[in-house]
Amino acid sequence: MGILNYKFESGNILITSLDGLLNWARLSSLWQMQFGLACCAIEMMAASASNFDIMRFGVIPRATPRQCDVMIVSGTVTLKMATRIKRLFDQMPEPRYVISMGSCSNCGGPYWEHGYHVLKGVDRVIPVDVYVPGCPPRPEALLEGIIKLQEKVRKESLAKKTVPTA
Amino acid sequence: MKESRTLPTDYVSSPERTSSGRTLRTDEMILNMGPQHPSTHGVLRLELVVDGEIVVDVIPHIGYLHRCFEKHAEHMTNYQQVIPYADRMDYLSSMCNDWAYALAVEKLLKIEIPERVQYIRLIMAELQRIASHLIAVGTYAIDMGAFTPFLWCFRDRERILDLFEMTCGARLLYNYIWVGGVSHDLPPRFVEKTKDFCRDFRKTLKEVHDVLSYNEIFIKRTANVGVLPKDVAINYACSGPMLRGSGVDWDLRRDDPYGIYDRFEWAVQIGKGEAGTVGDCWDRYMVRMREMEESTKLIEQAVASIPEGNVQSAIPKRIRPEAGEVYVRSESPRGELGFYIVSDGTASPYRVKARAPAFVNLSVLSEISRGAMVADLVAIVGSVDIVLGEVDR
Amino acid sequence: MTAQEIYDNLKAKFGDAVGEAKLDALQPWIAISETRTREICQFLRDEPTFAFDYLSCLSGMDYPDGKLGVVYHLFSMTHRHKIVLRTMCTREHPHIQSVSAVWGTANWHEREAYDMFGIVFDEHPDLRRILCGDDYPGYPLRKDFKVPEFYNGMKVPY
Repeated sequence: MGILNYKFESGNILITSLDGLLNWARLSSLWQMQFGLACCAIEMMAASASNFDIMRFGVIPRATPRQCDVMIVSGTVTLKMATRIKRLFDQMPEPRYVISMGSCSNCGGPYWEHGYHVLKGVDRVIPVDVYVPGCPPRPEALLEGIIKLQEKVRKESLAKKTVPTA
Repeated sequence: MKESRTLPTDYVSSPERTSSGRTLRTDEMILNMGPQHPSTHGVLRLELVVDGEIVVDVIPHIGYLHRCFEKHAEHMTNYQQVIPYADRMDYLSSMCNDWAYALAVEKLLKIEIPERVQYIRLIMAELQRIASHLIAVGTYAIDMGAFTPFLWCFRDRERILDLFEMTCGARLLYNYIWVGGVSHDLPPRFVEKTKDFCRDFRKTLKEVHDVLSYNEIFIKRTANVGVLPKDVAINYACSGPMLRGSGVDWDLRRDDPYGIYDRFEWAVQIGKGEAGTVGDCWDRYMVRMREMEESTKLIEQAVASIPEGNVQSAIPKRIRPEAGEVYVRSESPRGELGFYIVSDGTASPYRVKARAPAFVNLSVLSEISRGAMVADLVAIVGSVDIVLGEVDR
Repeated sequence: MTAQEIYDNLKAKFGDAVGEAKLDALQPWIAISETRTREICQFLRDEPTFAFDYLSCLSGMDYPDGKLGVVYHLFSMTHRHKIVLRTMCTREHPHIQSVSAVWGTANWHEREAYDMFGIVFDEHPDLRRILCGDDYPGYPLRKDFKVPEFYNGMKVPY
């Protein structure tokens, strides 16, 4: 702890629970998997671009699932893609979270009836933490989804945390 | 899932397919790129056969976003209901998709469109073209390792989306252009705001030119890469900036006219090979940049002379075209977007086929990327400007 | 060149391989034989008076009478004229000659028609499904298609 040596001589001590510390660290840097599916991916890109700046929530896009905490399923999940999503989800280290963005990945959206090649909701293959409604959701709605996920993470406990399984 | 794919057995024996020019056979490696890859612009999967760093063959695998557009179109209860699905096909240029579909149905119905609607449609389509090209250019810059132009492009794109939002309430998928008209009239102050945007946008274009177009690194990455010769482009039915980048002077807005494009002063931009060879990635990029300039001119002229009128007077109460078929094409930001509609005289179409420009443009990928380096492949895919929603429909 | 002239020329050259035509339609079309499409298309592309170098669109069809078919929208960059060709085949023997040797763009369009309608294009260099998975059951755009209950262990209907 080189840089912290002799810095706390006057009694600057933080006391928190281990849960609180871990949750704070987790929720403040939810690294996101850079991975767009359909229309919603454009709004996800808009959320990370100039006007909305998703990075102020600590959400940084990463190119590989091995470095990610949260997967934003942004768009229609087709049957052909669903197996890949399952694999990508399995490659993410725990704890891992999933935000389902948009009506298509929530429940099939406009393709629910005649979509012979569309999976009617990504929660049929992977567990979902937060659903963001809209077709497509505005970037603000995605930011709200991130905040909701942060609230969820804040309430977690080491002892009670259950590993999501598909 | 099982991937069954047998490679062509002749790809090393025929010397023209190994552009590395080697006679000694070194081991090829098969490399999978996508469907989750930051520079495939969506869920495109490329199967690469590489010899060291050199791409021997590219086999694109698509369909990861196949959303059954044509099935939905057949199952709707009327023609108007297809428009939201057309919106979602090429989600970067929804206005142009709506217009293309409306054009086809209007041709079946043989209805006349009011003047004001023609002007509004042209303004919207050209704004959409700028917005779409901004994404193409911005994400292309990211592919080439430049982040700043991306932020600038998105900043200006948001202003276009604000204009769309004040008109019809949606940012991305508008359902705005209907058969026979548009869903809402222009809101107050739209014209002034559009003029302001056009004025400011010229500055952005100049900035992007300064920081990206003539940047030495960018030119090195894109000039002479992925050259698409004229005859190959026509044989593969490429269209849009892809075709014009190869030096073919062809634009459906001028050559197969629709709307009121013939009333305004503008020019078709083609690739001239200023940085390298005609038809390379830089040319395709530059065509997009110059088209944005032309679209700005079109918008300025249109908003200056827009007439008054009712925008919904020609919307038919009941759409029931007589039996027949029609193929109508128009120029979307990616090229020739055609709708082939077969009517059997009932209230819903018997068959709708969308001829998606991105689908056709992508099919030429393996022709133009043989012999390129793996890193150049990213430049080539980016310059094709695909939207997977449209490739797979 | 008008549709009538194109039809007359084709009829003179290919005889029975050129079937009925509807030349007064909104967009005139000519029916051609499904076993000689490549030959006819090659002629239309290479003959300088036609020069149909641009295949705009190729669409599969499932006609109300139960027949399958393919519609070609041809265009000439030099002469700026258009024509529509049609071929038909039966459901029991869905074979049509491929034109991918004539126009490169036909390759993917034909794969799509194969994927959606189950039309087999003879002499196609690489006829695989393109949009649906390789093991997808059935041909979705046929009018008698039934959505499968399960695909790869995933429930398909809502």
